[in-house]
Amino acid sequence: MARLGGMAAAPRILMCPPDYYGVYYVINPWMDVARQADHAAAVDQWRRLCEALTAAGAEISLVGPVEGLPDMVFTANAGLIYRKRAIVSRFRHSQRQGEEEHFRRWLSEHGFETIDAPAGHAFEGAGDALFCGDTLYAGYRQRSDAIGHQQIGARLGVRVLPLELVSAHYYHLDTCFCPLSADAAIWFSPAFDEYGQRVIRANIPRLIDVEEAEAQCFACNAAVVGRTVITNTGCPRLHEQLREAGYAPVETPLNEFVKAGGSAKCLTLRLDGEEAAAWREQAGVGD
Amino acid sequence: MEEDRKPPPAQPMGAIEDVEVRGHIIDSLILPKVLDGITAAGGTFRITDVAIGHDRADPSYARIEVQARDAAALAAIMAAIADHGAVPVHGGDASLAEADMDGAFPEGFYSTTNQRTEVRRGGQWLAVDDQEMDCGIVVDAATGAARCLPMTDVKRGMPIVTGHVGVRVFPLERQEQGHAFAFMNSAVSTEKPKGVVIREIARQLHANRRGPGRSLLVGGPAIVHTGSGPLMCQLIREGYLHKLFAGNALATHDIEQALFGTSLGVNLREGTIVDAGHEHHLRAINRIRRAGSIRAAVESGVLASGIMHDCVKYGVEFHLSGSIRDDGPLPDVVTDAIECQRIMRRQIRDVTFCLMVATTLHSVAVGNLLPANVKVVCVDINPSTVIKLNDRGSFQTVGLVTDVEPFLRALVAEVTKLES
Repeated sequence: MARLGGMAAAPRILMCPPDYYGVYYVINPWMDVARQADHAAAVDQWRRLCEALTAAGAEISLVGPVEGLPDMVFTANAGLIYRKRAIVSRFRHSQRQGEEEHFRRWLSEHGFETIDAPAGHAFEGAGDALFCGDTLYAGYRQRSDAIGHQQIGARLGVRVLPLELVSAHYYHLDTCFCPLSADAAIWFSPAFDEYGQRVIRANIPRLIDVEEAEAQCFACNAAVVGRTVITNTGCPRLHEQLREAGYAPVETPLNEFVKAGGSAKCLTLRLDGEEAAAWREQAGVGD
Repeated sequence: MEEDRKPPPAQPMGAIEDVEVRGHIIDSLILPKVLDGITAAGGTFRITDVAIGHDRADPSYARIEVQARDAAALAAIMAAIADHGAVPVHGGDASLAEADMDGAFPEGFYSTTNQRTEVRRGGQWLAVDDQEMDCGIVVDAATGAARCLPMTDVKRGMPIVTGHVGVRVFPLERQEQGHAFAFMNSAVSTEKPKGVVIREIARQLHANRRGPGRSLLVGGPAIVHTGSGPLMCQLIREGYLHKLFAGNALATHDIEQALFGTSLGVNLREGTIVDAGHEHHLRAINRIRRAGSIRAAVESGVLASGIMHDCVKYGVEFHLSGSIRDDGPLPDVVTDAIECQRIMRRQIRDVTFCLMVATTLHSVAVGNLLPANVKVVCVDINPSTVIKLNDRGSFQTVGLVTDVEPFLRALVAEVTKLES
C-alpha cells in the first residue's frame, strides 16, 4: 500500500496476552463455564495468531493483562479508533466493565486522545463499530446502543449506519461482518434483520456471503492486514471465495477463543485504522 | 348542594408521546424501521418535524408523535422503538411555584386553554382535571393530581404550575376526528340547512337521555316571550334536559306566565296587552319571595305550571345568576357573580352537551367555563351572539341563527320522531 512519502508505515495492532484468559462467566451463548478453555492451547493459539499477523506485516503492541479480566484478551472491544482519537468502550456487562480503565490508560499513554463513549449508552468499540469506506457500520441491540452510535457519528462527523443484530450468537458486529476494503466485506446475512440486510446490500457493492457452518467457526471474525485475511480454521469455503477475489486467506486455529465467543478479529485492535477505513488513506496528512 | 357526578369518560384517545430520532436515520432505514415498529405494535404515528441532512455525513432528524390505545400499549411501543434510538422528547417536569397570597397566582403562572391538557410530574404525564380556559393549574401536594383553578380560588401555599415546560395541550382536532357537527365547516351562518342541525341536536339529546353525559340548557327570557315555554316543558318532562342555567328574567316571566297568563304583561295566548299587565312580573316575583323559594312555591301549590315548576317536579337542576338590572330578584337568584361561577363550574362537570338559547351574557359566561370537548349549540335570532361565542374559541360550538320558537318546535318534533 502506498503510504505517506512512499514509506510504508507498518500496520499496528494492539493485543493482550492470554495470561488470565478463560471462561469464568457467561455473557454470550458461546460461553459455558463447564466447557473451559485449555489454557496452554489458548496461549499457543494466541502466539500463532501473533506470528501470522507479524508475517502479514503488522507490528504488535501489547497491553498488560489483568487478573480477573479474562476477556481483556479481546482487544477489539477496547474502543473505536478514528485517526488519533479513541472512543473508549462502555461495556454492557459488568463482567467486562473493569477493562475500561486499563484500555483507556493504555490508549492515552500511547498518543490517543481518549473520549468516553456517550453516557448512558453501551458501546463496545471495534467489536460493534467498523469503518467500510467513509461510513461507520454499527451493530446494536446486543451489546451497543443505536443512539450511542449516532452520537459517536455526530461527534466524529462521520456517517453512521446502525445495524440491528438479531441473533445472540452474533452479538457483536465483528462476529458477522468484516470489511475488507472500502467497497467489499464478508458477512453472514441471517445475523441482521431485513432492514440491516437492505442497508448493507445498498451500500457495499462487493459482498462475500459466509455460510452458516463457517459463520459458526467465526469466519467473519477475520483480521485483515493488507490483502491478508486471517481466520480461525474451518472456513474453507470462505477462503476459496477470498482467493477468487484476490485476497490471501490464512487460517490459524483459534477454537479455544471461540469458546468465549471470539476469534482473530476480536483478539486484535487495529491502531492505525482498519484496511477498509477510507480515512486511513488520508491519515498522516494533518493528524 | 348538588351531587358531584363523575364526568363521563372523554372520547377514547389513548396515550401519546413525542419521540425524536436523529443521526443517519434515512440511509440506515432506522426511520422506516421505527415507524414500522410503531404500527406493528398497534400504534399510530404522525411525523411532526423532519430535517434531512444535506451531505453524506450530515445527520438527519425526525420528531414523531406516537399514539397508542392506552398507556400500557404506549409503554410497549416506546420500549421497542427505544432500541433503535427513538427517545422521548420532553423538556422535563412542569415547574411549580407556591402561591404567595390568596386570590392571585404567582407571576409567570401557566394560563390555561379550554383544551385537554397534561402536565409532567416525576417523569409522568398527568391529566389536568376540570379543564377550563383562563385559569391556572394547581397540583395537589398530597395526591399529585392536577386541576384547573380560577384565580379567585387561589389559596396561599398552593403549588401552581409556572412556565410552559412540562405542559402539553391536545388540540381538539387531534382528539376527535369529526364530531357530530363536522359537516358544518363554517361555524356561524344564516344559510345553514337548519333541519340537519336540529336533527343532530335531537340525536345528542336523545343519546344523553340514557348515557352518562348530561344535557344543559342555557336560556334567555325570549323562550317565554315567544311562547316556547310549553315546548321547553315537554323536553324537561321527557327527560331530555338535565340542567338549566338562566337569569332572573327567564324564571320571572315563566312564573308570571304560570300565575297570570302573561309575559311582560302580554297575554301569550291572545297576544294582547292586559290591563296592569306590566305589574304582573313584579307581583310574580313578590309571590315567590313570600313563599321563600321556587321549590317552596311549587310544594305549597302556589306555582303549578311552567318551566320552573317542571324543573322542580322533574328534578332538573337549575341555577339562576343575578345581574344589576334585575327586579326583585327571585329568592333563588344568586347575586354574587363569583359564587355563580363556582356553582356553574360544579354543575357542568358531567355536561357533555349544551344548548344555549336566546341569551348572550349567560352563553358567554357558560362558554368560558366549558372544556372544549363539550358540544355546544348556540341558537339566537341575533348573529352577533353566535359569532361572539365562536370567537372565544369554543371549537365545538355550532351556531344557528333562527327564531327560538320555530327552533324548539322543530327540535321537539325531531326528538319525538327519534322516540318512535
